[in-house]
Amino acid sequence: MIDAWLIVSLAILSLAILGCMYRLLKGPSMPDRIAALDTIGIVLLAMITIVCVWLRTTAYIDIVLLIGILTFIGTTAFARYLERGEVI
Amino acid sequence: MEILRTVGENVLGLFILAGAVICAVSTFGIIRLPDVYLRSHAATKSATLGVLIILNGAFLYFMIYMDHISAKLLLGIVFVFLTSPVAGHLNGRAAHRLGVPLWKGSIQDELQHARSKREHVRGEKA
Repeated sequence: MIDAWLIVSLAILSLAILGCMYRLLKGPSMPDRIAALDTIGIVLLAMITIVCVWLRTTAYIDIVLLIGILTFIGTTAFARYLERGEVI
Repeated sequence: MEILRTVGENVLGLFILAGAVICAVSTFGIIRLPDVYLRSHAATKSATLGVLIILNGAFLYFMIYMDHISAKLLLGIVFVFLTSPVAGHLNGRAAHRLGVPLWKGSIQDELQHARSKREHVRGEKA
């Protein structure tokens, strides 16, 4: 019975990713694009969790952690590069 | 007992759906707000809230119906909760140093004020 709610949630979250893609492609400045990319990563994390619940498995929980860490590191590196002109 | 299970599954499904709707509202803010700083407000706060609600729903589902307390999911919740505001703050500071203009309706810019005051103090010492 939970499956119907999960499918509707997946549809809503994919619409959210489409909206972020609009800002990612159009955004007037680079920090706009970085914020949109960060949001896409976080929403993707939520989608993978919902797929885990849908398939009744905990095999993909590792990927949730991995995408969280990669999103944070990517945003930090982009912001530092824009601010100072170098990554480290 | 069976009816209790059905009701619980529906409640958790509505929980996850509420998180997804909050994420969609956050995306609406990202599209519609006029400025980098206002958009980072939408991207950081409400998207984090929605994702945390979804992760909490999944954790409760695994705990109640599969008898599996997922420490990795708990770690993921804590990690997202800690790092998402930090990333938003770094991004906003980079935007301000880069000179991205504020929205024309903004009435004050305290970071610019503090930075110009600090540069003024440094200039006097030198």
